[in-house]
Amino acid sequence: MADKMATREAYGKALCELGAKYDNLVVMDADLSGSTKTGEFKKVYPERFINMGIAEQDLYGAAAGLALSGKIVCASTFAMFAAGRAFEIIRNSIGYTGANVKICATHAGITVGEDGASHQTFEDIALMRTIPGMTVINPSDGVSAAKLIAQAVAMEGPAYIRLGRASVPITYSESDELEIGKGNLVREGKDVTIIATGIMVNEAIIAADMLSSENIDARVIDIHTIKPIDKDIIIKAAEETGAIVTAEEHSVIGGLGSAVSEVTSSCCPVKVGMVGQLDTFGESGSPEELKKKYHMTADDIVLKVREVLK
Amino acid sequence: MTNEELKKIANDIRIDIVKSIHAAGSGHPGGSLSSADILTALYFEVMNIDPENPEMKERDKFILSKGHANPALYAALAERGFFPKEELITLRKPGTKLQGHPNMHYVPGVEMSTGSLGQGLSVAVGMALANKMDNNPGRIYTLHGDGEIQEGMIWEAAMAAVHYKLDNLTAIVDWNGLQIDGKNDDVMKVAPIADKFAGFGWNAFECDGHDIEDIVIALKQAANVKDRPTVIIAKTVKGKGVSFMENEAGWHGKAPDDEQFEKAIKDLGGEM
Repeated sequence: MADKMATREAYGKALCELGAKYDNLVVMDADLSGSTKTGEFKKVYPERFINMGIAEQDLYGAAAGLALSGKIVCASTFAMFAAGRAFEIIRNSIGYTGANVKICATHAGITVGEDGASHQTFEDIALMRTIPGMTVINPSDGVSAAKLIAQAVAMEGPAYIRLGRASVPITYSESDELEIGKGNLVREGKDVTIIATGIMVNEAIIAADMLSSENIDARVIDIHTIKPIDKDIIIKAAEETGAIVTAEEHSVIGGLGSAVSEVTSSCCPVKVGMVGQLDTFGESGSPEELKKKYHMTADDIVLKVREVLK
Repeated sequence: MTNEELKKIANDIRIDIVKSIHAAGSGHPGGSLSSADILTALYFEVMNIDPENPEMKERDKFILSKGHANPALYAALAERGFFPKEELITLRKPGTKLQGHPNMHYVPGVEMSTGSLGQGLSVAVGMALANKMDNNPGRIYTLHGDGEIQEGMIWEAAMAAVHYKLDNLTAIVDWNGLQIDGKNDDVMKVAPIADKFAGFGWNAFECDGHDIEDIVIALKQAANVKDRPTVIIAKTVKGKGVSFMENEAGWHGKAPDDEQFEKAIKDLGGEM
């Protein structure tokens, strides 16, 4: 069993390292610093940590003001309240101005678990990727999260980085090279391609193992950057394997599945089956129970692969 | 500058507001005219700015949070030398720098892209925090509509500005009493504005928003207050200076026709 780590834990650690590298890095939060792990940065750099209280609109408005004054800002709260509640502030004060704010949103998706539907966001990727100039990143494990956060901080301009609450297996190693905007070929295959993002990358790897026992050779691609999306790797997969299944811990409306279909439909139409939250709200439960109940597991990917290959 | 010189500038700004909105065929004359004296005080007497060096590090910054009053901001910036006055009549036209609501990347001197109400005070809080961190003496100014403060986000920012003791921040409310659907008192009461801000811990007081000397004194007083932000509630008349627009909510967001344009310019003693 691989080591496990929540991507938010990796975020807290990465912030402390980045704080040493960039003396203009400012970290902001809205009264959730223990949960989002920005509190780790606060311990080391209290003078560069700003708590805005339970006021997410003000959080992102003030983040824009700091960024437009030369700061690199990582501003965190739960994904529901960042992408959801503060959407229009992010759109107008951060997106439209191109402010250098990294919206590091934690507790995304069904694996929020017991807190239930009010806190489980399945809409954030859809919302954020419609904003012109917004880079949208969804890391799959702790190692890739740290690498991609460091690249996002080094890059000028707004980015949305989706992070999770639950511990998930580490699938990358420190030597793996990842780059914002480039999909990562996790596993070669010729019969079908599973394109996954976030914590569903690990499920996709498990699904590919299961499929190999049925003599189905599945390619696995990690799309950690949903915008700008790596069109080349998707087109190549569509042409070479002829069928795609997408897997995301997000609504099948507007998320990775939609983004992949936008690429394939115009260049190389193939069947795209989608695994994700099916236009319904979540509920309380353990992350593992909820992943099963809402059909976001390796088993569900396997079923969807069989369906598209029929 | 003398008070007479400042008054002349404010009047020229009003003429430019009317001309640019007439040329555009749309726009917001009421709240632009009500804020002309406030902008004159800021841009010609109070703020440390340099049109030759608009990115100067220690400059004061102004955010027009009521972005729809941008004809007044554009006129003040052009009058101050940030860009040629001839461009004012390109307002709202295809390809113009002078968008219907201000874009900071197109117009030198515009510090923040605004238009969606309620966001400017939060951005100003961020800028004021950054200046505190950097020991930058630049001050941050914002201008809000009275209707705008119905936005809840204003009060989130009001709380934060006091919490972080942002004495380098001065907010101004253009208190003309009217908004699109009518009087504030009928649509959604905002009064007593100064008391609300004072309750949040701001240094809050009222001034005559058409007496430039009074506005300048108020702004200079604000700069001397320590450990808390100041809000100036500037009592104004919507449509100020154009007889048929004054105190008429209907002139919030429409352009004068040719006949009305002629009368407006006459009211302001301008030339066509």
